Amino acid sequence: MTQTSTLSDVREFHPRVRTALDNPQIRSNFRNAMDGLMGKRQKAFDGWDLDKLRDLGAAVRLRALARLPELLERLEANCIRQGIQVHWAETGEQACEIIGDICKARQARTVIKGKSMVSEEMELNHYLEEQGIEALESDLGEYIVQLAEETPSHIIMPAIHKNTTEISDLMHERTGTERSHDVDYLTASARQQLREKFMTADVGISGVNFAVAQTGTLCLVENEGNGRLTTTVPPCHIAVTGIEKVVEHLEDISPLLALLTRSATGQHITTYVNMISGPRRDAELDGPEAVHLVLVDSGRSSVYQDPELMDTLRCIRCGACMNHCPVYTRVGGHAYGTTYPGPIGKILMPHLLGLDSTRDLPSASTLCGACGEVCPVRIPIPTLLQRLRKESVDGDRLRPSVVRGHGSKRHWKEVLAWNAFRWIFASPGRYRLLGMLMTRFRAFTPSRVGAWSRYRSAPKPAARTLHQLVNERAKGGGR
Amino acid sequence: MSKARNAILERLRAGRGDQPLQAPASDFSVVRDRDWSLTERLERFETTISSVNGEVHRVVEEVWVQHLWALMAAKGLNNLLVAPETVLGQQLLQQQQASGPELRTYRDPVEHWKSELFNGVDAALTGCRGAIAETGSLILWPTVQEPRLMSLVPPVHFVVLRADQVYCTFYQALAEQGWADQGMPTNALLISGPSKTADIEQTLAYGVHGPRELVVLVLE
Repeated sequence: MTQTSTLSDVREFHPRVRTALDNPQIRSNFRNAMDGLMGKRQKAFDGWDLDKLRDLGAAVRLRALARLPELLERLEANCIRQGIQVHWAETGEQACEIIGDICKARQARTVIKGKSMVSEEMELNHYLEEQGIEALESDLGEYIVQLAEETPSHIIMPAIHKNTTEISDLMHERTGTERSHDVDYLTASARQQLREKFMTADVGISGVNFAVAQTGTLCLVENEGNGRLTTTVPPCHIAVTGIEKVVEHLEDISPLLALLTRSATGQHITTYVNMISGPRRDAELDGPEAVHLVLVDSGRSSVYQDPELMDTLRCIRCGACMNHCPVYTRVGGHAYGTTYPGPIGKILMPHLLGLDSTRDLPSASTLCGACGEVCPVRIPIPTLLQRLRKESVDGDRLRPSVVRGHGSKRHWKEVLAWNAFRWIFASPGRYRLLGMLMTRFRAFTPSRVGAWSRYRSAPKPAARTLHQLVNERAKGGGR
Repeated sequence: MSKARNAILERLRAGRGDQPLQAPASDFSVVRDRDWSLTERLERFETTISSVNGEVHRVVEEVWVQHLWALMAAKGLNNLLVAPETVLGQQLLQQQQASGPELRTYRDPVEHWKSELFNGVDAALTGCRGAIAETGSLILWPTVQEPRLMSLVPPVHFVVLRADQVYCTFYQALAEQGWADQGMPTNALLISGPSKTADIEQTLAYGVHGPRELVVLVLE
C-alpha cells in the first residue's frame, strides 16, 4: 500500500544498491528466477522466425503511435457507443480523483484490484485509503506484496524478491495461515480469503494490456483468473491505462500476444485472454452494470514530442529487459526506487518523474545491449539510455528539451575540466607542455578520484610520454 | 469533452508537427501462415493444452454425455451447472440419470445467488466457439445462456469442442470468424488450461482464483 517512488527515495539509488548487493538472499532469489525465465523465453520461441515476429510487433506498435491521437478518439467513440464511460487524466493525481469520484458516487467501501502497473505508478491504493476506501490486491503476487506493505519488485512477478519461507512467514503473521512450504496450501489459503472479497467488493479495478480502437475492446492477459473475477463480479469495473496502450485493429493483438507472454514468462499464451467490450447488456445474467475506462497521460504526451524518445512508448510491459539485465539481476527491483525497474524503467521513469530525481538511473547500465536484443518490439533501449545520459549533463535547464530536469547532472568542475582539455589539446605547444608537466610531477596526482577509484586504482601518468618512447625506439633502430 | 482530453490530444498533435509519422508495413505472415491438417491441428491443440494441465478426452458424439457422467463420478463431483437452452444443455437434461449428478441452471442474475454459485457449485459445462491449435486455447463468447462466470467460478470446467472447429492460429480464428466485422460481444475469452500461478518462488500451482481443472471433451 505504500509506494517507494517518492522523489527523495529515488535519489537514494546508490545506497540502496549497496544494501541490495550486501543481501545474499535477495541476490539468490533474483538470480534463480531470472536464469529460469531466460531459459523459458528462449524455449518458447523455438520454431519461430523471431526476427520477423519482432519486426511485426514493432510495426504494429509504431503504427499505433503514428496515429495515436486519432486512435484514442476512435477508441473513445467506440467505447462510448458500447456503453463504456471514458475519462481522461493528465496526471496520476487526476486519475486518482476520477476513480475516487466514481467510487464515492457509488458509495463504494471496498475495491478489489487486478494487477495494474499504472495504478502503482499513480499510487492509487494509497489515495483510495485516504478516502476511506479499502483497496485489496487480488493477483497473488500483488496480494503478497500488499501484505508485506511493499511495492512490486518486478512488473510481471511482483513478489519475485521473496522466497517460499518468507511468504509463508508473512502469511502466517498477517492472516493466520499455518507456516508451510506447500505452495498449493499457501495458494489455496489466499484463494479462500480473496473469494469473500470478490463477492462483496463494490468496485473492481484493473489495468489494460491492449485497447483496440477498431472495436472498443479492452484486452487483459492473466493466468490466475483474478482479473476475470475483478472485471466480472463487482457491479462496477474501472479499467485504468496509459494512453500508449492503444492499438489500431483487433488483428494487431495477435502478434503482440504471441510476443508478450513468451517474452515475459516463456508461456505460449496465458491461461486467460479476457476481451471486454462493454458493460452487462439486456438479459445478460452477470458482468458489471457499469464499465469505466480511465486514460492516463502522466508524462507520456511529453515523451511523444521527441521522435527518438517516443520509442519508449512502444513498450508492451513484458519485463524481458529486466530478466536479461545483468544489473537488475544483481540489485533487484527495489533498488531502483521507481515503479518500473530495470532497463525499461531507466528510460521511462526520467520522463514520468524528471531527470533531476532519476539522474542516476540512465547510468546504472553496463550498455551490454541485452535489453535491446530481447525487446519484443525492438525498443533501442541502449541508444535511449545514452541519449538520456547526454540529456542529463548536456546544456542547462534553459535549453529546450522534452525531458524535464535535463542538464541537472551538469557540474561546473566537469565543464571546466573538458574546456581545459579542449584548450590544451588544440595547441601542440600546450599539449607538449602538459605532457612534460604530467611526467615530471606524476607523483603529485591524487590517488583518489571520486567514484572512479572506489573499485579501481586511480590512473597515474607514466614516467615518459608515448612520444618520447617512440622517438627513443626510432633512434635505437627499432622497427 | 473534458479539459484534460483536449489538452492531451492537443499535445500529441503538436508533438507530431506537420509531418505525419510513418510506420513500416505490418507483415502478418509470421502469425498467419500455418497449413496444418485437421488431424495435426487436433494433435497440436491436445499436446499444448495438456502441457499446462488441461485434460482432453476425445469422444464419439453419440456417447459424450455418458462419458461426462463417468468423468464426474470418477472426480467425485456431485452437481453440474448447465445452460438448459443450448443444444448441449438439452442433451444433458434428456440423458440425466436419477443416480447421477444434480443439474443446476444459471437462470437468475448472479446477484440473486452469488453465495450459492461461489460455494455450492462443483462444476460447470459450456460449449465454445472453437479452439486454437498453436496455443492450445479454447474460444468462448459467453452469452445470456452461458454467462461469464460459468467458466470461472466453479472449481471444475467442462468444455465441449467439436473436432472440426480447431483453427491453426488466433489470427486465423479472428479472420475466419469475422470478429472485427460482426462487432465484439460484451466479453470474449481465450482459455488455455486451468487457472494457475507461479507467484510463489516460480512454483506452479493450479486453481488459484479460477477452475482447478479444465476438461475438454472433443466430439469426433
